Amino acid sequence: MNHLTDFEVFLMLSVLKVVVVLVITLLGVAYTVLLERKLLARMQNRWGPSRVGPFGLLQPLVDGAKSFLKEDMNPLAVERPLFILAPIIALGCALISVSVVPFGAVTRVRGVDLFQIANVNIGLLVILGVTSIGVYGITLSGWSSNNKYSLLGSLRSTAQVISYELALGLSLVGVVLRAQSLNLRVIVDSQSAHGALSWNIFGGFQFVAFFIYLMAAFAETNRAPFDLPEAENELVAGYHTEYSSMKFAMFFMAEYANMITVSCVATLLFLGGSTSIFGHIFDGILNTPIANAIFPVCWFVAKVFAFLALYIWVRATLPRFRYDQLMSFGWKFLLPLAMANIIVTSLVLAVRG
Amino acid sequence: MQLALFIVFGALALGGALNLLLQRHPIYSALSLVVVMMSLAVLYWSLGAEFLAAAQVIVYSGAIMVLFVFVIMLLNAGKEEQTQGSRAAYSVGFPGAAAIFCLLSFVFLSERGSLQSTNIGGDLSSAVDNIAVLSAMLFTRQLLPFEVTSVLILVAILGAVVLARREQ
Repeated sequence: MNHLTDFEVFLMLSVLKVVVVLVITLLGVAYTVLLERKLLARMQNRWGPSRVGPFGLLQPLVDGAKSFLKEDMNPLAVERPLFILAPIIALGCALISVSVVPFGAVTRVRGVDLFQIANVNIGLLVILGVTSIGVYGITLSGWSSNNKYSLLGSLRSTAQVISYELALGLSLVGVVLRAQSLNLRVIVDSQSAHGALSWNIFGGFQFVAFFIYLMAAFAETNRAPFDLPEAENELVAGYHTEYSSMKFAMFFMAEYANMITVSCVATLLFLGGSTSIFGHIFDGILNTPIANAIFPVCWFVAKVFAFLALYIWVRATLPRFRYDQLMSFGWKFLLPLAMANIIVTSLVLAVRG
Repeated sequence: MQLALFIVFGALALGGALNLLLQRHPIYSALSLVVVMMSLAVLYWSLGAEFLAAAQVIVYSGAIMVLFVFVIMLLNAGKEEQTQGSRAAYSVGFPGAAAIFCLLSFVFLSERGSLQSTNIGGDLSSAVDNIAVLSAMLFTRQLLPFEVTSVLILVAILGAVVLARREQ
């Protein structure tokens, strides 16, 4: 690799990182679906998918092949350009936000960080911005379908996402105040001193913010107990009623990719990112470069999947909210609570600092 | 590299703005405006104003334009219709817009000396962390305009509430 210039190395490694992260995220999406079906089944005393491969492990691949081979139907009355654009926006935005997430400790090869695609100063705002663009996927899909159930579902969903985006953004301000930066790497580093004790959720006393983030994130990703946009007993299937084949699969993947993104953000901001639970106690053991590169990634993945399991657990447990309950919960409870959290956090920081 | 960024997204912004004017259906116009906003955000970023870029995307494309699209969808607005008045607006509007464009570019070009200038992408190559500087400026020297603006927005919100509740 020595005869290559720095720029060539940067270019090659960047393309490699993008491809690897994309493939892993899509695989993660596929297997989160399987995890959800298996866990839900276990919680309801069923088996879940068990026929394809050992423990049903090949089920996601077969599902993907099936939706790929299904007939791609376009109803006659749809607004065609937007009907096709909507799932692309939804999936694209869901996948783009992974690009600023740091997956592991800083591991440089010729100046290129291996475990983060782009280290942006305003990484957190980039994620928020990309998710706010993702709303268009849902909005446009409902309108372009020319179907009243789709339109109602997408209106509900848009209103819900916009409302909860406020609480979500405000809940993160406390963490940003503590870390004094919007750079995700710096936010992670600010929680790395004493393992779990210095995570924002415990040592940082941001558990109120974590609670708000949790609620708002469930609503942002249209998941139970806030899955009103696709309330099947009222709206058939909500905004993706008219979609079939791969276009439906793209919405489906976007939902799970959003879940993964939200779990990544929760991990980075509240659960210490890729740092170990035990802090620096076991630093002396296995102190080789490869182990130092791999263990943080394992921690990160474990935390993300723990958060995903929480998602699924909640889905299996809680019934769906009513729409007016959803709105009053978001505006009258979460938003004031988030603001109170910001004020208290900044007061404490001002007194101590 | 940065010049290419500027050219691509500047062209995208111009194309989006033209498309906004030429489209017959309001939803396509609104979406072109989103494209313009996003391209402007990239241009801000390439000038080193990261926070402004992110705020542009989150506030304008992510919130305000979603509301625009939302309203267009709710009203189910149809295609634009050609009337006598709209033709008159065409014949006056295009020369008027051209005149304003010429006036603005004349002012900018003749006052180039007194305006500050920056290199395209000049700030992009060095790492800038301007959020702290920006907020210090906003909360010390620009505090009064900042607070007055927020009161203005509050007044607008209250006005909307009053209008919405009048029927009761």
